Amino acid sequence: MEKASAAPGNTTDAVVPAPTFFARLRWGKWLLLRRMSQAGILGLFLLGPWFGIWIVTGNLSSSMTLGVLPLTDPLLIMQSWAAGYMPYQDALIGVAIVVAFYLLVGGRVFCSWVCPVNPITDAAAALRRKLGIKGGRAPAASTRYWLLGSLLVTAFVTGNMVWEFVNPVSMLHRGLIFGMGFGWLVVLGIFLYDLLVASRGWCGHLCPMGATYALLNRTAVPRVSAAKRAACDDCMDCFTVCPEPQVIRPALKGDGSPLIKDPECTNCGRCIEVCALDVFRFTTRFSASTHRRTTS
Amino acid sequence: MAASTPVKESRRQFLATLSKVAGVAGGACLFSLGLGLYARQASALPAQALRPPGALVEDAFLAACLRCGLCVHGCPYDMLKLASPGTPVATGTPYFTARDKPCEMCEDIPCVAACPSGALDRSLKDIGKARMGLAALVDQENCLNFLGLRCDVCYRVCPVIDKAITLENLHNPRSDRHALLLPTVHSEHCTGCGKCERACVLPEAAIKIYPIKLAKGSLPDHYRKSWEEKAAHGGSLIGEQIQLPVRGMEGTPPAPAQPTLDSTWKP
Ligand code: SF4
Ligand code: SF4
Ligand code: SF4
Ligand code: SF4
Repeated sequence: MEKASAAPGNTTDAVVPAPTFFARLRWGKWLLLRRMSQAGILGLFLLGPWFGIWIVTGNLSSSMTLGVLPLTDPLLIMQSWAAGYMPYQDALIGVAIVVAFYLLVGGRVFCSWVCPVNPITDAAAALRRKLGIKGGRAPAASTRYWLLGSLLVTAFVTGNMVWEFVNPVSMLHRGLIFGMGFGWLVVLGIFLYDLLVASRGWCGHLCPMGATYALLNRTAVPRVSAAKRAACDDCMDCFTVCPEPQVIRPALKGDGSPLIKDPECTNCGRCIEVCALDVFRFTTRFSASTHRRTTS
Repeated sequence: MAASTPVKESRRQFLATLSKVAGVAGGACLFSLGLGLYARQASALPAQALRPPGALVEDAFLAACLRCGLCVHGCPYDMLKLASPGTPVATGTPYFTARDKPCEMCEDIPCVAACPSGALDRSLKDIGKARMGLAALVDQENCLNFLGLRCDVCYRVCPVIDKAITLENLHNPRSDRHALLLPTVHSEHCTGCGKCERACVLPEAAIKIYPIKLAKGSLPDHYRKSWEEKAAHGGSLIGEQIQLPVRGMEGTPPAPAQPTLDSTWKP
């Protein structure tokens, strides 16, 4: 942030000054694309109820596109199974398509490119940075997995999809299409929790949906690589914006592969666009070269 | 001796990790337990919230329904709703309120066709076999037909008219020369669509749809109805009854027959 404020006004330098940190923060290409993806997907769901243009019906829990493409959320099916029910083929085909897609592009791509909660937790994180709120009490990052496990057990014991009574992700998406009711309170709760109590607390530590998608995040083809990590000047900008900052260190500072292969990486691409030295880029998990040499 | 310190150290570390993990796991389990209890209480379906046609029994429905709203979008009459948080119906599950918008009993049952999970059972092929609930004429004090008027609205709007709901012709003891035509629901045919409740002209409907288990009583297993048994066997099971004379009335001519209401009358 220091060098960011120093960059403008330096007229003697022939090199075009890199955009400031905050400028990048707001206008990064990947961020823009992600917001377009999130808004576009939500828009498709809203076209029907708002304008009577029925391309997609249902919601993220289960949907039907153009009457031919069924899509179903894995966590919903897991809960249904746990509660002792075997859904019809339609739902199972839907979940197979979704699982195959996310195995290919990375499970947590759902989190950064699709989930309607993401703009809210991103906003909380941005406001937290702006207001300089530090500290708080974040639960262990493994909490989401324990939560996932225990709520499946609870579904098994009660024969009821208990998580769906409070699941903020499905609640928000369903609410936007079918009516929110008191659902806003849950969304507000998450915003305030992330803002005041735990930095990236919801998506990074608690959300069992994110945990489910992280389980599908081990075979993703597109991966971020700290390709030009030799150029890193330790400004920490990438760590500041990353929703799962712990995933960066092994790739950026380790001796092994510069690929970020950690299953918590959401493929959001924020690190790529905030880095003034262009250390990161999208590549595939198969790219073996370490790109140690910097090119200009 | 020299090795004891790192061992102690690693044991302490191990215990610290263990207690941390236990804390997280315990917290998660406690939360889920609380959630389970909450879900139990929040799953109680209010009597006036009806499930779409073909819905599995409530317990199975809550395990099966994906809360996706495809049934809601599938309904051409837009009468199904997905419960939002704050509504006293399990969050995200579909329901309708008969008095607001009843089910139109579509022949092709698009809501069931749209359901991907089977929470709405596709073995329901004939909408006449749907049992969303059961109509009950709960307020006999205010039903206009019970008061002796000819409202009949619930009867007339019924899609299964003359089967699900009939007008039972009774003598009106108040005027002594009129009939009472009492709307009577027959569970064998009522689909629980709610059209009668929707149409009832009273400010508060006298006929209402309830979940079947609330609306219907049951006879003990060993009860038999003589008229059904008779019909099934083509005659009385206990043979001819001896006609006993009424003591003290021997020789009195029988009373002239009262003129009765025309029981073949149809509205
Ligand atoms: S962690 Fe959960 S809430 Fe956050 S983006 Fe992923 S699914 Fe959505
Ligand atoms: S039968 Fe028709 S009116 Fe009734 S719930 Fe289904 S789609 Fe709606
Ligand atoms: S379509 Fe089926 S699974 Fe979806 S909300 Fe309706 S009943 Fe539930
Ligand atoms: S609910 Fe009323 S209108 Fe519908 S079938 Fe039953 S008696 Fe008829």
